[in-house]
Amino acid sequence: MPDMPTVLQQARRSLAIARKDVRIYYAKGPVIIFGVLFPVFLFLSFTIGRHLSVQFMIPGLLGMILFFTATSVSPIVIPWEAQARTLERLMSCPVKIETIIIGDILASFVFGLGISLVPILIGLFLGITVLSPFVFALAVILAALCFASLGTVFSIPPTNMPSTVNMIAAVVKFPVVFISGIFVPLDELPAWGQAVAYISPLTYFTDIARYSIQGRGHLPVAVDLLALLAFTALFLVVAMKLHRRTMPRRI
Amino acid sequence: MNNNVAIQVVNLTKYYGELLAVDHVSFTVRRGELFGFLGPNGAGKTTTVRMLTGVITADEGSASILEYKVGSLRAKQVTGVVPEMANAYGDLSGWHNLMLMAELYGMPASLAQERGTGLMQETGLYPRKDSLVRTYSKGMKQRLILCLALLSDPEVLFLDEPTSGLDVQSARLIKDMLQSLNARGKTIFLTTHDMEEANQLCNRVAIINEGKLVAIDAPEKLRMAVSGMYSVEVSFDNVVNPEVLASISGVNTIKKLGDKWRLYTTNPGELVVSLINYSSSNGLKIVSLNTLAPSLEDAFVALTEQEKDNA
Repeated sequence: MPDMPTVLQQARRSLAIARKDVRIYYAKGPVIIFGVLFPVFLFLSFTIGRHLSVQFMIPGLLGMILFFTATSVSPIVIPWEAQARTLERLMSCPVKIETIIIGDILASFVFGLGISLVPILIGLFLGITVLSPFVFALAVILAALCFASLGTVFSIPPTNMPSTVNMIAAVVKFPVVFISGIFVPLDELPAWGQAVAYISPLTYFTDIARYSIQGRGHLPVAVDLLALLAFTALFLVVAMKLHRRTMPRRI
Repeated sequence: MNNNVAIQVVNLTKYYGELLAVDHVSFTVRRGELFGFLGPNGAGKTTTVRMLTGVITADEGSASILEYKVGSLRAKQVTGVVPEMANAYGDLSGWHNLMLMAELYGMPASLAQERGTGLMQETGLYPRKDSLVRTYSKGMKQRLILCLALLSDPEVLFLDEPTSGLDVQSARLIKDMLQSLNARGKTIFLTTHDMEEANQLCNRVAIINEGKLVAIDAPEKLRMAVSGMYSVEVSFDNVVNPEVLASISGVNTIKKLGDKWRLYTTNPGELVVSLINYSSSNGLKIVSLNTLAPSLEDAFVALTEQEKDNA
């Protein structure tokens, strides 16, 4: 077990890695396209002309934007750095592989959180009210962390092509959006649909958002929060275990 | 443990699938040594450096840097690295690259700024410190990478082909910096395939071929160890018959180099006398005559080919 000073020292180095990611990767094409433009257009194409209420639309829009933005930075950083030949430098520095991954997750987390303020502010401007803002804020933060961690799972295969990783991510992300109660609320899904929905972490966030904004959730809030926490832990463990194995193979 | 040892390598081995890239390599680098690691392309130089800098893990054997296990945070903390073909972050300025490195090594900000400024001035990068690295020339990038490696003032420095493909000025600047660092007591592990560079800079060199260490010694001793590699370079004022030249006693092999002949021998003194006799009895005039000790390159070729013959 690493001692406390080592943990603090590595945490500070994670922050340095996150700041580097913010400076370099926020403005990269794939991040803007997959992280911001895609969810907005996808959402518009499903909602325009359906006469839906603001209270129904905002939780869906928020869930989708948070999911896409928070998973847009973390998958591309490691393959991008391997391709640009900056990864070997980073790996020879006194940082653990976990430190590098947490730094990338932090950068993706902040990106997701920042962009998600936009639909929240639009909603507030259009007159939505948020039931128990504290729980809602906690859910947004937890979900952003969960999705950012999922992003690093996408980059486990040791390819050095960011586009390949984005393809792998898209194969997972699109189906997830359709089974997570974004377009159709959970209680309107058939039993098999609900069963599938429970394997998606986005379901639990959308459920809290619907509870907070529409006033009707499908599951108890505590269950949603615990599920998000459990998924986050799962993604973190998987990402760290497997990146440790695949990262040297990128060099 | 001997605290005179900077790098200790014992039976280090790495497989890539079926390929044995590094084959049970063992050596010791003393503190303050400038150690050269030579070998043809694909011999296992870079793989060895990557194992020693903790980027990849060895399949067998062990190694330590200042008694810390390679790959550990402590070993990395005392090490500076110039990896082969590595880049600095092109989307950051030279200065931001340096400050990132300082944070990753846990340096206090004021010290990092002081050392960063000094290094950039020494390498002539200071006027361009705020430009993005992707606008730097190749020589500037390589100088920046050396600055990144030196920022934390590491005790042990690994450089993998640091001057390969560089302009003369940048290469010379880097070599001068390595010599002055070494004079200040830093241990330097340098891989290169440039024999002249190794000959000028290194206290000792190891030669690796097909993953195996074939020799390790001071450059002068390696040169002397290759017997039969002395040569005499001679040029005449007229055309000579190579067959006659080759039949002079004491000549092992002959090679034509431009307007000169190089005659390999075990006894250069006797050969010079024979050549003078040959020229006077054939009415030839000697334009130039030089005796040459084997170069490090000769030693390298002899040692790496010997391996091939044994295989």
